[in-house]
Amino acid sequence: MNRRDFLKSTSALTLGAAALPFLKVLPAMASANETLVVVMGSTINSLDIHRSGTNRPSYQVAVNCYDRLMTFGTKTLEDGSLSYDYDNLKGELAESWEVSEDGRTITLYLREATFWDGRAVTAQDVKWSFDRSVTLGGFPTTQMAAGSMTSPDQFEAVDERTFRIHLPHASKLTLPNLTTPIAIVINSELALEHATDDDPWATEYLHRTPAGSGAFQIERWEPGQQLVYRRNPDWASGELPGAERVILREVPSTSTRRALLERGDAHLSQDVPPRDAMELDAQSNVKVVSTPIENCLHVLCPNLTFEPFQDVRVRQAIAWAIPYEAIMQNAAYGRGVPMWGGNSESPADIAWPQPFPYSNNLERARELMAESDYPEGFEVPLSFDLGQADWAEPTALLIQEALGQIGITVNLDRIPGANWRTRALVDKQLPLHLENFGGWLNTPCYYFFWAYIEGNLFNSSNYHNDEIAQLVDETLFMAMDDPEYAPKIRRMIEIAFADVPRIPLYQPTLNVAMQPNISGYEFWYHRQLDNRPLRVS
Amino acid sequence: MATMSRTRLIAWRVVQAVPVLIGIVIVSFLLTRALPGDPAAYFAGPAANAESIQQIRVSMGLDRPLPLQFISYVQDLFRGDLGTAISTGQPVIHELTTRLPASLELTGFALLFSMIIALPLGILAATRPNTWVDHLCRAVVTAGVSLPTFFTGLALIYVFYYLLGWAPSPMGRLDFLYLSPPKVTGFYVIDALIDRDLETAWGALSQLLLPAITLGLFTLAPIARMTRAAMLQTLESEFIRTARAAGLPRRKVLFTYALRNAILPVITTLGMVFSFALGANVLVEQVFSWPGIGSYAVEALVVSDYASVQGFVLTMALLFVALNLLIDVIYTLVDPRLNTQE
Repeated sequence: MNRRDFLKSTSALTLGAAALPFLKVLPAMASANETLVVVMGSTINSLDIHRSGTNRPSYQVAVNCYDRLMTFGTKTLEDGSLSYDYDNLKGELAESWEVSEDGRTITLYLREATFWDGRAVTAQDVKWSFDRSVTLGGFPTTQMAAGSMTSPDQFEAVDERTFRIHLPHASKLTLPNLTTPIAIVINSELALEHATDDDPWATEYLHRTPAGSGAFQIERWEPGQQLVYRRNPDWASGELPGAERVILREVPSTSTRRALLERGDAHLSQDVPPRDAMELDAQSNVKVVSTPIENCLHVLCPNLTFEPFQDVRVRQAIAWAIPYEAIMQNAAYGRGVPMWGGNSESPADIAWPQPFPYSNNLERARELMAESDYPEGFEVPLSFDLGQADWAEPTALLIQEALGQIGITVNLDRIPGANWRTRALVDKQLPLHLENFGGWLNTPCYYFFWAYIEGNLFNSSNYHNDEIAQLVDETLFMAMDDPEYAPKIRRMIEIAFADVPRIPLYQPTLNVAMQPNISGYEFWYHRQLDNRPLRVS
Repeated sequence: MATMSRTRLIAWRVVQAVPVLIGIVIVSFLLTRALPGDPAAYFAGPAANAESIQQIRVSMGLDRPLPLQFISYVQDLFRGDLGTAISTGQPVIHELTTRLPASLELTGFALLFSMIIALPLGILAATRPNTWVDHLCRAVVTAGVSLPTFFTGLALIYVFYYLLGWAPSPMGRLDFLYLSPPKVTGFYVIDALIDRDLETAWGALSQLLLPAITLGLFTLAPIARMTRAAMLQTLESEFIRTARAAGLPRRKVLFTYALRNAILPVITTLGMVFSFALGANVLVEQVFSWPGIGSYAVEALVVSDYASVQGFVLTMALLFVALNLLIDVIYTLVDPRLNTQE
C-alpha cells in the first residue's frame, strides 16, 4: 500500500538527514549578523505546498525555497513600512513576457538560472511543475483555476527557455496568479528520479526534500521544533538575501515568544496577536509593523437560510446596531482599518474594502426592526471559530450585548477549529457567525467571486443576487483599466452596501514584531514571511 | 499472590493486558470517528471547493465504510504501521518515537526533583507532627496543587530568564547553538553523555531545569502528602512500638522498619503521578516549547487527525500497562512480606 512505502521511504530519509555532517555548533553563530532567529506559534507540516494536507504556515517554504515565474515589486506604505505592490508586476524566473493580442496566449522567457544541484532551469521544468499543480487536486488545483489554468494541455515548453500558457479566454488574474506560492518551479529531473508508479509526482520525496532554484535551501527540518534555511549563494532571480542562515523555531506560547523577543534572543516574531502587538509597540526596544491585510475583512454573516435574515431590514438593523468602535478597541486593540461610517450609499470609487454606510445608531436599528416582519425580535445563536477566539470572542460578546438592545436574543456558540470549516463554509448552516475571508489576488471582483456568489466556499451567508452574479461573471477576467470595469464594480459594492449579507466589522492587520536593527521586512498577500529581503544592521 | 513467583506474576500481567489493548484499539478507533470534525475539509486548505474536499477524502480513505477502514487500520497495526500524521506530515511512529522520549525525559526529571524534595519533607513532617516542618509541608503541598502549571512556568520564565537571565531561552530541548546528540536512548542528556559531549549535555540539562521544576512543583504535592500519611500510620503501628520498646536506635526504627513499610503506597502514588503527568503536562510543554507527546496529542485532536490520536492512545495504554507491571515488580522487591515468601 501507498502509506507503507511512504513510511519506509521517509524513515530512511530521516536517518539520512540525521547522519549529515553537522558541526557541533552551527558555524554561522560566530558572526551573529549572518543568522536570523525567527519564532512562530504554528508548526510546519510539509515542505511541499502541492501535497494535500499541507498547512498554511508551510507555504513559507514555497516562498523562500522556490522561484516563481512572476513576482510583484515593492511599495512604501504611508506609515513607512514596506509592502508588495499589486500594480507592479515583475518577472522572477521570467526575464520578460509577452501577452498576445487576444490575451489568450502568454509567452514567458526564462532568465539564466540554475537549480541547487547546478542544472539549468528549463521551460520543461516549468511545464512539469505546472502540470503537477493542476493534476494533484485539492488546493493547488483550485488556486491555479483562479488564473484560468486547469489542464496540462494549456502549458507548452516551446524551447529550453521559452514557456507558453494557452488560455480559454483572456484574464487579468492569470499573471498575478503566477506570483502565488502555488505556482513554483520544481527541479523536475531530480524529482522524477524519486517518482514511483504509485507516486508519479514525487510527493513523498518533495514533502521532505525541496528541489528548487530559490534563494534559500533547507538545511535541517525537525518537525514540531525548527526549520533551518541556508542561503543559496547562486540565486539568480533577485538580490542575494542578507542572512546567511535563518532559524525558524516553533514556540507555541505567545508569552514565551514575547519574552524571547524582548530579551533579544529572537530577531523576529511572526503573527503577533493584536494585544501583544499593542503592548510591544509601546516599548522602545521592539519594532512592530502592522499592515492592513489587503482584500480581507472581519465580517458578521447573517445566513439567509435562517428565515428572519431573509428580511433585508433585519440585516440592515443589525448593521446599524453593531458597536463598531468598541469592537475595534477590544478585539483589534486599535490595529485595523474602520469599515463603518461611509459617507454615501453609493461608492465613490472601486477601492475594496471600503467603509460601509453604517455606524452604531440604535435608534435607526430599532426603527428598522419595527418596520420588519419581526418587530418582536427573535432568538439566534452566534457562532465563531475557537481557533480565532483572540478577536472573535470579544467581538461576539459585544454583538450579543448590542443585539439584545434591539430585541434579538443572541446565544454564543463556540465551535472548535476542526469543525469550523465544515460547519461554516462547507455545510453553510450557521445562522449568524463571524468570518474572516481574505482574497490572495487583490481585486474587488475576486473577493466578490468567493464571498458573494451562491455555492462558493466563502459565501457562508448563502446569499444570492442575480445582478451581482452577472456583474462578477462580467468583471472577473476583465482588465481593470477597461472603461466598463469601474462602473460595474461600483454597482456591485452598492448592492453589497444595501443588502448587507456580510456586515464588515473592520479590516484586520498582519502584525510582525522584530528587533529595531532588522530592516527590509515586506508584507505579502499570502501573509508568509519572505526571508529574502530581510537585513540585519 | 502467595504462591506466585515473580516470573509467573509478570507473565500473568502480560496476558491480562491483551484484552485491555484490544479494547483500546476498538474504542480509540470509534471515538476518533465520532469526533464531529471533518478532517478532509480541514486539510483541503483555504480555498478548497466541494470537489477538492472530496478528492482529499478519497486520498485519506475516509470515503470507505467504517468496518473496512477498521480492518485496514488493524492490518497496518500488525505490520507496525500506525499511519501518517496529517497535522505534522510525519509517520505517526516517527512522531511518537521522537516525542515520547522528550516527554519521558521531562517527566522523569520532574519526578526526580519532586522525590528529592517530597520524600524527606513527608518523613520529617510525619516524625514531627504539628511543628514548623509539618506546617511547611502543608504549605508546600497546598501551593503545589493550587498553582496552575502554566502560571508557575511563566513565573519561573519571567524571573529566571527574563529578569535575571540565568536560565537559557525557553525554546525547546536544546538551544539552536547546539545540535542534537546522536540518538541512542532519545534522552538528550543521556545521549550527550554517551557521546562524551559534556557541553551539549549541559546545554540539554539547563533547558530541562525550568520545565522540570515547574512540573515537579505540581507532582510534589501528592508524593509528599502520601509519604506523610503512610509514615504516620506506620509509626503508630504495633511493630514500631515493639521496636522502640526493644530499644532499637531511632534511625534504625525509622528507616529500616517504618520507611520500608510506608514506602509501598508511595510507590503506587509515584506510578500514578508519573503516568498522569506524562499526559497532562501539555501546558508545561507549550510554555517551554517542549516538543513532547502531550502537545502533539492535543494538536492532533484539534484537527481531527485520526492516525495520530489513535497512535497516542495506544502508546499511552502500552505505557500504562508497562508501568503497572514495573510497579508490581518493584513491590516484590520492596515489600518484606512478599520477599520472604519467595
